[in-house]
Amino acid sequence: MNELRFSGSDRYVATDELMVAVNAAITLSRPLLIKGEPGTGKTQLAEEIARALGLPLFEWHIKSTTKAQQGLYEYDAVSRLRDSQLGDARVADIGNYIVKGRVWEAFACEQRPVLLIDEIDKADIEFPNDLLRELDRMEFYVQETRELVKALHRPIILITSNNEKELPDAFLRRCFFHHIRFPDAATMQQIVEVHFPGLKKALLAEALQAFFRVRETPGLKKKPSTSELLDWIKLLVADDLGPEALRATDGRGLPPLHGALLKNEQDVHLVEQLLFLSRRAR
Amino acid sequence: MLIEFFFALRGAGLPVSLGEFLLLLQGLHARIAFLSATDFYHLARTALIKDERHYDAYDRVFARYFSGAQEAFAKFMAQVPPEWLQRAAGRKLSAEERAQIQALGGWEELLRTLRERLAEQAEAHSGGNKWIGTGGTSPFGAYGYNPEGVRIGQAQRGSGRAVKVWDQRDFSDLDDSRELDTRNFKMALRRLRRFAREGAAEELDLEGTISATARNAGLLDLRMQPERHNAVKLLLLLDVGGSMDAHVSLCEQLFSAARSEFRHLQHYYFHNFTYEQLWRSNARRQEQRLPTLELLRSYSRDYRVIFVGDASMSPYEIIQPGGSVEHWNEESGATWLSRFVRAVPRLVWLNPEPQSRWHYTDSVQMTRDLVGGRMFPLTVGGIAAAMDSLRRTGDQPLALAPLSDSMSASTALE
Repeated sequence: MNELRFSGSDRYVATDELMVAVNAAITLSRPLLIKGEPGTGKTQLAEEIARALGLPLFEWHIKSTTKAQQGLYEYDAVSRLRDSQLGDARVADIGNYIVKGRVWEAFACEQRPVLLIDEIDKADIEFPNDLLRELDRMEFYVQETRELVKALHRPIILITSNNEKELPDAFLRRCFFHHIRFPDAATMQQIVEVHFPGLKKALLAEALQAFFRVRETPGLKKKPSTSELLDWIKLLVADDLGPEALRATDGRGLPPLHGALLKNEQDVHLVEQLLFLSRRAR
Repeated sequence: MLIEFFFALRGAGLPVSLGEFLLLLQGLHARIAFLSATDFYHLARTALIKDERHYDAYDRVFARYFSGAQEAFAKFMAQVPPEWLQRAAGRKLSAEERAQIQALGGWEELLRTLRERLAEQAEAHSGGNKWIGTGGTSPFGAYGYNPEGVRIGQAQRGSGRAVKVWDQRDFSDLDDSRELDTRNFKMALRRLRRFAREGAAEELDLEGTISATARNAGLLDLRMQPERHNAVKLLLLLDVGGSMDAHVSLCEQLFSAARSEFRHLQHYYFHNFTYEQLWRSNARRQEQRLPTLELLRSYSRDYRVIFVGDASMSPYEIIQPGGSVEHWNEESGATWLSRFVRAVPRLVWLNPEPQSRWHYTDSVQMTRDLVGGRMFPLTVGGIAAAMDSLRRTGDQPLALAPLSDSMSASTALE
């Protein structure tokens, strides 16, 4: 049995449920599919697992045009054609024109690697289906060279999704699944302390309160998330604002530097109106 | 014993497969989780549940199965209508409900009474689920004012009952029986998207050109291919009757989602039920009317038809010639709808009323029968099911009893 076990790191606060999911994926060598609100640290998780366990990390960022084949390998026919016209000797071996993709690199790694397939939902609907065998058996066949590539060590595969497309059932059945919940106030405090050690208690409490107040505004188009909170605190620290400044708020009742938290105009107006109403009610 | 748990999950409609279950057992065997119920809860969820929308259902099954508390489960199942979990609840009431609320002294009054009752209940300490579950007798039961749902249940929690992770139902907002925003509608509508390449060759097929050129030993061989586009054609027929007012925002969301998702989208309006005329623009409905027969003729069979309406009306409006509320109709609404069903094989009816209330209204049942059972709730899950139905149904109309008067009726009209 593999002894690798992930239990968070000094830079990443993992909840118990997340640790169970990650350890299940590591122990049983199954891919782990991570979903959650944007900005809750889905992508960081892979980096932190690799760092905490001291493993190499391979990242494969998916775009709308990405094909499953590109993760395995690509056959560079154009170079070969050019070489053939120039009379290059390399042309005889087709293997010279097979370009390895991220999945192949991870499979060929001498050590057990971490493979991140980032934002799988951005790709075409068929994309996950094209990777079924690769994720299940951890092997694939290279047509051009008639070679079977097998993973030396089954990589720890993390897949993130923002829910833009539904993933096919057959794919889901092969994965573990975890939905990262938005952290509660206590966890959030831990997270901020990890990122800004030595932040004044008073400022932190005040900032978190303001943050959750904004976040709980009903009807926000984009709720601020962990990464936005961290950015905001970074700005507060950079501007050397104290807890009093946070309480003071500007003329319209919004917390200072709210631009880091609210990313669209309608949301700013909404919060403004609600704060105005609540002040009048008092 | 876990086998029963597995079947309990399947029984609750969760798509759990044998492979996933074996994986869970493997995980237990590897001691990823042991001696801790919470760890087991997390591990089982990670292995079995692949969508956060199912978390809520999973929590309910877990609670029922592992606490054995039948009572607690009955409370969870006390049909919390999902719209009550929304903050903007006030705007989503049907006219009938609004009237009932008024009768009870208005919204504020109702909430105040509810709070008082809850306080009483906390003192009594005897399972509050009883009177919440009684249905028709208490206004709160009828409205599904489950304290878990509107989160006024804080007093109960304070009374010393431990609330376990799975008892908290934190994921109820992600349950897919709830109405969600445009984006989720789009996701659901997207199921129907079918890409086709048709028309003239338009774009350069780079892959094809490279392989053709390489096969040609380097002589350039350009390949073109037609552009891909969404080949699904959609006809949206919307009810703008008075009882639909309460569902306007929902229908707007559906409309805007459909608009951006389909290239070939046509829409028409009707009032309560389909009769001999439909109109294109609601503001100018008197001038711009289109005979239904013409519509049935002019839209080819490859159009898919979606009706959106609450189908809540007097049964006479459906079965009786002349039953329409706003004009004299020669033929009954049922005749017209059956014509639709026969002319367009791929057709569904989306109903914004919650599914749990359908069987209270005869006209909903009748409409549902008329469209061959293809009535779905206007929720994300419902739209997805409707899209699947549209996709599956072939070109053949459903086998329905022939309506002998239909031909004579249409010729008579012409």
